[in-house]
Amino acid sequence: MFRQSNVLPGFNISLGFTIFYLSLVVLIPLSAVFLKSFTLTWDEFWAAVTAPRVLASYRLTFGASLAAASINAVFGLLVAWVLVRYEFPAKKLVDALVDLPFALPTAVAGITLATIYAKNGWVGQFLAPLGIKVAFTPLGVVVALTFIGLPFVVRTIQPILEDFPKEMEEAAASLGATRVQTFVMVILPSIGPAVLTGFALAFARAIGEYGSVIFIAGNIPMVSEITPLMIVTKLEQYDEAGATSIAAAMLVASFLLLLGINLLQAWSSRVLPPAAPDQLEEPA
Amino acid sequence: MSIHVKKIVKRFGAFNALREIDLEVGEGELIALLGPSGCGKTTLLRIIAGLETPDSGEIWFHGNEEGEVWFHGDDSKCQHVRERQVGFVFQHYALFRHMTVFDNVAFGLRVRPKSERPTEATIKEKVMELLRLVQLDWLAERYPAQLSGGQRQRIALARALAVEPKVLLLDEPFGALDAQVRKELRRWLRRLHDELHVTSVFVTHDQDEALEVADRVVVMNEGRIEQIGTPDEIYDHPATPFVYQFLGDVNLFHGRVSDGHAHIGAAAIQLAGHEPADTAVAAMFYTRPHDIELSHDGGGLEARIQGARRAGGVVKVRLERIDGHGAVEAEVPRESWEAEAFCEDQVVRVYPKRLKVFTAPETALAT
Amino acid sequence: MTSQAMTLPRVYQVDAGPTSESTPFRRLLIAVALTFLAAFLWLPLAAVFVGALREGLGVYWEALTDPDALSAIKLTVIAALISVPVNMVFGIAAAWAIAKFEFRGKSLLITLIDLPFSVSPVIAGLLFVLLFGSHGWFGEFLAEHNIRIVFAVPAIVLATLFVTFPFVARELIPLMQEQGTEEEEAAIVLGASGWQTFWHITLPNIRWGLLYGVILCNARAMGEFGAVSVVSGHIRGLTNTIPLHVEILYNEYNATAAFAVATLLAFLALGTLAAKTLVARHLRGHH
Repeated sequence: MFRQSNVLPGFNISLGFTIFYLSLVVLIPLSAVFLKSFTLTWDEFWAAVTAPRVLASYRLTFGASLAAASINAVFGLLVAWVLVRYEFPAKKLVDALVDLPFALPTAVAGITLATIYAKNGWVGQFLAPLGIKVAFTPLGVVVALTFIGLPFVVRTIQPILEDFPKEMEEAAASLGATRVQTFVMVILPSIGPAVLTGFALAFARAIGEYGSVIFIAGNIPMVSEITPLMIVTKLEQYDEAGATSIAAAMLVASFLLLLGINLLQAWSSRVLPPAAPDQLEEPA
Repeated sequence: MSIHVKKIVKRFGAFNALREIDLEVGEGELIALLGPSGCGKTTLLRIIAGLETPDSGEIWFHGNEEGEVWFHGDDSKCQHVRERQVGFVFQHYALFRHMTVFDNVAFGLRVRPKSERPTEATIKEKVMELLRLVQLDWLAERYPAQLSGGQRQRIALARALAVEPKVLLLDEPFGALDAQVRKELRRWLRRLHDELHVTSVFVTHDQDEALEVADRVVVMNEGRIEQIGTPDEIYDHPATPFVYQFLGDVNLFHGRVSDGHAHIGAAAIQLAGHEPADTAVAAMFYTRPHDIELSHDGGGLEARIQGARRAGGVVKVRLERIDGHGAVEAEVPRESWEAEAFCEDQVVRVYPKRLKVFTAPETALAT
Repeated sequence: MTSQAMTLPRVYQVDAGPTSESTPFRRLLIAVALTFLAAFLWLPLAAVFVGALREGLGVYWEALTDPDALSAIKLTVIAALISVPVNMVFGIAAAWAIAKFEFRGKSLLITLIDLPFSVSPVIAGLLFVLLFGSHGWFGEFLAEHNIRIVFAVPAIVLATLFVTFPFVARELIPLMQEQGTEEEEAAIVLGASGWQTFWHITLPNIRWGLLYGVILCNARAMGEFGAVSVVSGHIRGLTNTIPLHVEILYNEYNATAAFAVATLLAFLALGTLAAKTLVARHLRGHH
């Protein structure tokens, strides 16, 4: 059975248009990357994606993305916790501003982060005496990627934490658990999959991020060049084949990550079934 | 091990949840807090547990030695729920859904400080013993989501018992279950209590449940205790109109009491054991549908049969008083309904065999 | 052991509830969270405005009314005006097919629709260079017919279409799935045509979700940097969008002007957040 018997009209035209437009704007252009990289010999391709400067960029991109996603997993959980559990002045405003990285164009984020984390900037001037250099170092890349990834973690954890039944914590307390035990043994296992999913989303976004990073990174070859920048550099040198090879490698990594996230979500919904309906209801 | 609640007051904003509650729960007793929703019964239970903090009053726990203060409003002292060692069973079970049944029951033992924590072998032995007690040892490795509602509640009870609680507190423990399972589980709870004798308080809005299971019933309404007594006392000698109404279907008549008779409409009904008073006093009379007798030409009020519905061995009859002062509900045994050949639209006599008389809103005079 | 105090083992203050943290610890957590948010979100936002107004309103205004800035604004608006409605129509069509009908391969289709979100913006730009650039698939054909796509407005629009592709669809699909098909079926049974059903039944039901998707789509369309940067060629006054203009000014060490132009995008972001918050309230109220 291809489609259910349904009295509603417009199935063929809406699905047809969806597939047509999807192919035109997304699928055909994406296939161009792979077809183009197939025109290279394997050796050419391998040389392009394993050049020392490119390898250094992978290390930086993945390392900084991992660091930023980890920072966000910790602080994003803290921010979500504070927003859900506590009351403080201007909470609604604080909550709305969490989405700033979604809304603020990356170029703006890039120049403003580069400015305040420069050694004479608002934040940088306090870090410089401690010997911490942020702008134009890999640390700057981490700062920019942390900015970009924060809402992914907060917005993934927040609804789960809001739905977490208070009774579970009361049950733990009545059984003699301390607050720390309750958090580690009862709350964290329940929101763990959400933290992990938020982490993975932030990580995936960070890998491909460009605009917010290039201003603060300084783009020093072998030190603070991210992989997307390598693609741009190759293109500017009219090395389309090299750019395409790196892009193909990145796409494969991104798609594997996407697959991983989907498996993670499927796994967490299987291992941790949502609360039975009657556990979610408010007592009458 | 008894609990002594003294003058407990709790407000939520402008809402008076509890107004000076006094209550004693004796050693080994099973007590039911009964009342409509919003009467404060759950709040009182949560305050005893330490899940809620009262505004003023005192709660004392008497173990083997002398009393232990759980809450003292004047000293602003409140012992934490963790330290009270109560077993609390939630209406919606509150089982930890990422833990197996075994781990749920073992939780209270595993969170003890290292010095007091039993070995894993002891924990295993103890948990399996409890699971056998609730007859669910074969489910030890399952997750809560794989259990039925009744099984979940039994696991929740086993989990609460694992910490050897000084008192067991149950908040509407059967409220989320369907009727059949409810009935089985409450009988089972009664048997379990007879076996363990742990001092227990449970909250319910179901009068059958309270009357069937509890040693003593505390009827609550609008933050106050209306009556405390054994199920028989409560049912047979309700202290207030509220208690009478809350315990089952009821007919209400307005009238007067004089010369040992209830005067309702045109009828005068002899009141058993009632002191004859010289002056007539306005009164309210309550009677349950099964205490009403119907006849073709006996005593009582005249009423017209509006409808009848068979329910098991009885017939539930709806009647309208001829004098226009409202409706009457009666329950008649099926044999007499058929023998007397009652039918719709007939005018018959309604005679209350038992009347509960209240002359002032809050005072009971006699039965 | 007659003193009552001796029988109190451990006593806690009344104000800390059994399932809440102590007040000092709570305050500490709030302070740490807000400090983190300040360092990573609020200070950068404030720095945009401070940087823009450092040399006074005159300089600020000059930077905004510079002809190159004006042409960048124009191009950004054009790109958004094309890509938002097109992706909106696509989003509605996709959501209609996916939410109202059952068919094989549906979950694959949903995954494919989300695909542009997992593609680096730089790669998104590269795609269109590969297709329409001088060495691209259609490069020779375009050169023969003297059509410029890459390093011109069409590629900017295409790149924007790509990166904003999923926004409306992914808002509408779960919303329409949740609403089911009953109301539409009732309308059809009552004799309404397909279009009438859509206009009078479906559209009113999804209007807040649609608006939410459009707001997000527009923010990304106007703010996109990486993809557009690759295809634009950075030709001043011709192929610069606002974000690209900000980059050029910043790289020319004209930070004040860069921040001045960046305030436009910061206002866009704040407006987006405000609108999003308001619409989200309606969305939640609607259920």
